[in-house]
Amino acid sequence: MSHPTLEDVHVGHHIVGPKIYLTILLILLCLTALTTGIAFVDLGIFSPIVAIGIAVIKATLVILFFMHVKYSSRLVKLTVASGFFTFLVLITMTLSDYISRAWGLW
Amino acid sequence: MSTIVRLPNQQDATLPKLSYLNNGYGLKSWLLTGDHKRIAILYLISITLFFFVGGAFAGLIRLELLTPMPDLVSSDTYNKLFTMHGIIMVFLFLVPSVPATVGNFVLPIMVGARDLAFPKVNLLSWYLYVVAGIFVVGALIFGGADMGWTFTTPLSTHYLNTHVITVALGVFVAGFSSIFTGLNFIVTTHRMRAPGMTWFRLPLFVWSHYAASLLMVLGTPVLAITLVLVALERLFGIGVFDPTKGGDPLLFQHLFWFYSHPAVYIMILPGMGVISEVISTFSRKRVFGYTAVAFSSVAIAVFGFFVWAHHMFIMGVSNYSALVFSLLTMLVAVPSAIKIFNWAATLYKGSITFETPMLYAFGFMGLFTIGGLTGVFLGSLGMDIHLTETYFIVAHFHFVMVGGMLMAYLAGVHFWWPKMTGRMYPESLSRLAAVTTFIGFILTFFPQFVLGYLGMPRRYHAYPPEFQVLNVLSTAGATVLGIGYLMPMIYMTWSLKYGAIAGSNPWQATGLEWQIQSPPPTENFLEIPIVDYEAYDYEWLANKTQHEVTTVG
Amino acid sequence: MDSQTIAVRQQEEIAHHEHDHPAYLRHHFETVEQQKEAASFGMWLFLLTEIMFFGGLFMAYLLYRNWYHDAFVSASNTIGIGLGTTNTAVLIVSSFTMAMGVYCAEKRNRRGLLVSLALTLVLGLVFLGIKSVEYHEKYVEHHIPGAGFSIEDFVHPHDKRDIPLSPDVAQHAQIFFFLYFAMTGMHALHMIIGVSILLVLIYRARQGAYTTGHTSTIDNFGLYWHFVDIVWIFLFPLLYLISRHPLH
Repeated sequence: MSHPTLEDVHVGHHIVGPKIYLTILLILLCLTALTTGIAFVDLGIFSPIVAIGIAVIKATLVILFFMHVKYSSRLVKLTVASGFFTFLVLITMTLSDYISRAWGLW
Repeated sequence: MSTIVRLPNQQDATLPKLSYLNNGYGLKSWLLTGDHKRIAILYLISITLFFFVGGAFAGLIRLELLTPMPDLVSSDTYNKLFTMHGIIMVFLFLVPSVPATVGNFVLPIMVGARDLAFPKVNLLSWYLYVVAGIFVVGALIFGGADMGWTFTTPLSTHYLNTHVITVALGVFVAGFSSIFTGLNFIVTTHRMRAPGMTWFRLPLFVWSHYAASLLMVLGTPVLAITLVLVALERLFGIGVFDPTKGGDPLLFQHLFWFYSHPAVYIMILPGMGVISEVISTFSRKRVFGYTAVAFSSVAIAVFGFFVWAHHMFIMGVSNYSALVFSLLTMLVAVPSAIKIFNWAATLYKGSITFETPMLYAFGFMGLFTIGGLTGVFLGSLGMDIHLTETYFIVAHFHFVMVGGMLMAYLAGVHFWWPKMTGRMYPESLSRLAAVTTFIGFILTFFPQFVLGYLGMPRRYHAYPPEFQVLNVLSTAGATVLGIGYLMPMIYMTWSLKYGAIAGSNPWQATGLEWQIQSPPPTENFLEIPIVDYEAYDYEWLANKTQHEVTTVG
Repeated sequence: MDSQTIAVRQQEEIAHHEHDHPAYLRHHFETVEQQKEAASFGMWLFLLTEIMFFGGLFMAYLLYRNWYHDAFVSASNTIGIGLGTTNTAVLIVSSFTMAMGVYCAEKRNRRGLLVSLALTLVLGLVFLGIKSVEYHEKYVEHHIPGAGFSIEDFVHPHDKRDIPLSPDVAQHAQIFFFLYFAMTGMHALHMIIGVSILLVLIYRARQGAYTTGHTSTIDNFGLYWHFVDIVWIFLFPLLYLISRHPLH
C-alpha cells in the first residue's frame, strides 16, 4: 500500500495488565471485609466517617485503575473531578440550609 | 457602501445545485438523518409549533386578566393555563431554542467539523424532544396539570388529581433530550476542532454553547431524579416530601431549583452567543475583550450552580443559608454585566448598520439589562420578601427570557436564515416585526413591574380593581407582541420560495460558516479548513473577498 | 464547467477513493484515534449525568438519616448483612472480570474476551438474584413501605433489651425503606440495562467484532459497568452498615 493504514499507526496508549487488576481486586475485597467488620465496632461519631472513607478509597481505586483514569488524559481527569465537584456542591450547599435551621428536627 | 448586505447579482443567481436540502429526498431521509443541519430544521419546525401552543396559553391568561373578576375561566382552569404556558415555554421552547436549532446547524461548521461528534445521538435527542412534546400535549388533551411549572410540593404530590405524572414524564424525557444535545456539543468542541482552530479562535457563539452544555449535562439529571421522586410520591405516598410522614417539602425545592436555576443560564447563554456574533458583524468590529466574554460565559455556568436557593428565600430556608445564597447571587450578576459592557464597547466606534438581527440585538441589550438588574433587586433579601410571588417576579423573568432570550433567538434565526435556506427574507417587513415586538414587549411587561411593586400576586386570576388599568395595558401589549411574533412566520415562509438568493456571505461576516455555500453541502466542507486567523478578523475577510471569485449557480 | 459542477465532481472523487481506512471509522471523524477519544469522552460525560442523577437520591438519604438517625439505624439492622457483603464482593469481582475483558480485547484475544464477558454477565445475574432474595425477605417481613408496613421489628438501637421504638419514631423507618428500595432499585435497573447490553456484546464478540483493534465499545461499556459498581460501593455502607456495633 502507498501509505500506512490507520491500523498500523501506533496508538501509544497504555494497556493496563492483569497483575495490576488482580492486585486492585484483592485490595478491594480486603477493604470490603474491613468495612463490614468495622461496622461492628463502636467508633461513635467516626463510624460514618470511616465507612465513607473506606468507600471513597475503594471508589478511587476502581476509577484510577479499572477505569484507567490514572493513564488517561488531563481532560478525562478534569471531567471526573468536575462531576464529583458538582455533586459535592449539591450536598454541601443544601446541607448548609439544613444544619443552620432551628426547625425541622422532629 | 451604504449597507452591509451584499447579495449576488439576482438576475442570474440560482441556489447551489447540491446542498443538504436536496441531498436525498423522502420522509425517511429526513426522519432517519444523521446530518446535524437536517436535525436542526426538524427542531426548528417542532419548536416553533410548541412556541405557538405556549403562546396561545399566554393569550388566554392575558385575556382573563383584562378584568379584575375571574370571569373567563374557573380557578382550576386558570391554574392549568399558567402551568402549561410555563412548562411548554421553558422546557419545550426556551431550553432547546437556540442550541437545538441554530446551534445544531452552525456549531459543527464553526469549529470546522463535518458533523457533531455523535450524529445518531443528535437524532435521538430530537425524537426524545418529540416524545416529550407528545406527553405534554397528551396531558393537555386529557385535562392538563395545574401545579405551576415549578411542581411545588406538597401541592403537586398530595393535593391535586390532575395529570401531574404525565407532564412530569414529559419534562423528564425533554431533560434527556437536552442532556444529549449538551453532551454532543461538549465532545464536538473539545475533540473536533479543525487544525489551527484553537480555543481562543473559536467564535464566542461556541463558547456560550459550551458553557450552556456544561450546565445541561451536570444540572438536568438532578431535575430528572426529582421528578421521579415526585412521581413515586404520588403513586405510593411514601412520605419523602410529606411533612405528616416526616418528609420535608423543602427538600423537593432544593433539588428542583438546583437544576432550575442553572436552567435559566442554559436558556440565556446560547442567546448571548448569538448576540456576540450579531453585534460584531453589524458593527464590523471584533468583539471587545474576547477573553473576558469567553471566560464570563464559563463563569456564569460555574457560579450558576451556587445560587439556587434565591428562589426559596421565603420558603423556610434558614436565615444564614439565605444570606449566603443572596451574596452569591450578587456575584453571579457580574459576568453577565461584563458581557453587556463588552458588547457596548464593541459597538463604540464601530460601523453600525441596522439590519434585522441587529435590531433584535439592540432590543436584547436594553431589555436584558433591565431584566438582569431587577434580578439583582430580587437577590437582596429585604426586597425579595416584598416582591417575591408578585408580578415583579413575572416581569423580571419575562424581561430576561422574552425580552432577552426570545429576541436573541429571533436574532439568530434571522442572522443564519440565509445560511440555512439560501434565501433572504424581506428586510422591511422583518424590521417592522422587530420593532413591533419591541414595542409590544414593553407594553406587555413593563406595567407588570409596577403591578408587582404595588402588590399584585402572581398566579391569581382575580385582582383588586385598582390594578385593572395596568393589566389592560399589559394585555394590549400582548396583542401587539403576538402580531410581532406571527409576522416572521409569514414572511419567513414566503422567503423560502420568493426570497432573494443570499449567496454564501450576505452579511460579510467572519466565521467558517460564511465561507461555504448557502445552503451548505451535507458534509459542510469539501476539505477541512486550516485556520490561521483569529475570530472576527475583518481584515482577513476583506483581504479574502478581494481575491475571490464568487459565482452562485 | 461552472464552479458547482466542479464541486460536485470533487465530492464524488473524495467519496470514492478514501476507503482504505477501517470500516468502523465514521466519516465525520478524521482518524480512528479521534473517534475513539470522542467516544470515550462522551461516555465519561454520560457517567457525569449518572453521578448527578444518583446524587439527588444521596441528598435525600443524607438528610433523612440525619433527621431520623435512630429509625435509620434500627431499620438498617434488619437487613441481612451476609447477603449484602456477598453482593458487594460479587460486584467487585465482576468489575475485575470486566477489566480483564477490556484487556483481552486490547490484546485481540477473542476467547479471553468471551470468557471475561460471560463471567461478568454471570456475576451480574448472581447480584440481581441475591437482590431479589433480599427484596423477598423484606416483603415477607412487611418492611415494604406502604399500607402493609409493620413496625414491630424495629428496636431501640442503643439498648440491648430489644425495646421497640416508639411508633412515631418507628414510622420513620418507612422513609429508610423507601430510600432503600428507591436507591437499590435504581441501581438494579442500571444493572439490568448493563446485563442486557452484555448479552448483545457477547453475541457480537463471538463474531470477532471487538478483537480487530476497535476496542471502543468494550472500553466504554466497561466504564459504565465500573460506574454501576462504584454506586454500589457507596450504597452498601450507607444502607447496610449504619451502625452494627453490638449493644452495650
